[in-house]
Amino acid sequence: MNQFVMAAIGGGLIGVAASILLLTQGRIAGISGITGSLFRADVSDKGWRWAFFLGLMAGGCILALVSPEVFVVSEDRPLWMMGLAGLFVGFGTQMGSGCTSGHGVCGITRLSPRSLVATGVFMVAGMFISTVLAGGLL
Amino acid sequence: MNTKASSRASTAVLTSAFVTGLVFAVGLGISGMTDTTKVLGFLTLNADWNPALMLVMGGAIAVHAIVYRISTKRSHPIFTDRFNIPSRQDIDGRLIGGALLFGVGWGLGGVCPGPGLVSIFGGAIEILVFVVMMAVGMVFFQQFQQRL
Repeated sequence: MNQFVMAAIGGGLIGVAASILLLTQGRIAGISGITGSLFRADVSDKGWRWAFFLGLMAGGCILALVSPEVFVVSEDRPLWMMGLAGLFVGFGTQMGSGCTSGHGVCGITRLSPRSLVATGVFMVAGMFISTVLAGGLL
Repeated sequence: MNTKASSRASTAVLTSAFVTGLVFAVGLGISGMTDTTKVLGFLTLNADWNPALMLVMGGAIAVHAIVYRISTKRSHPIFTDRFNIPSRQDIDGRLIGGALLFGVGWGLGGVCPGPGLVSIFGGAIEILVFVVMMAVGMVFFQQFQQRL
């Protein structure tokens, strides 16, 4: 199927997922927030977070079994850069209280000023770095 | 609430959180977010720019906006007694700095947290390294924060 249609359908499903969590327990489906909290000793309410995390893992298993072609890794990025990327993403999402899901989807839906600013900043930064690495802008 | 009712509520909460994660993961896979060539194609502004992934955020927000409106009319969620929605409005350096670092990482790897975790099952060493270092980055910030 056309990649634009797939993007919209997949996005719609992400919206459905965020809606389930909001309607059933009044929580924001922010992946970095939920995952990051699993490492925190000061967060006591970990049950639903672990359940969400396990659901995410189960979804990954289903994709790997039914449709493994969805997993593609670009050859343009060396391994050390992927490690560095992970470090920045982990640190940055904890510092900035959210990622593409919490700020980009849930926060923008609420028109939260913090999420609108954060999403603008990480989109521009991501585009800048990726474009520079592809040999543009320089 | 008696013990039986509370354990029923807890099962409902855990089950719906599990379903949320599962649907989220499948949505990420279908959308193209687990394909870093597509993500980098979206983030790289050149002649080959691929805008398709714009529709992921667009589709998610379109669906979620409808349900968000419905939910704000309710006094409490279905299985719990209150909504836990962030209420902060202030734009501070930590928010901007964090978003900036996250964006740099996203541009370096083409992976954000959700697609990273889900893509572990794709079996690529690049993703495994990304996810392990993401966990290190998360813990590193949390330690750093405690020392402030």
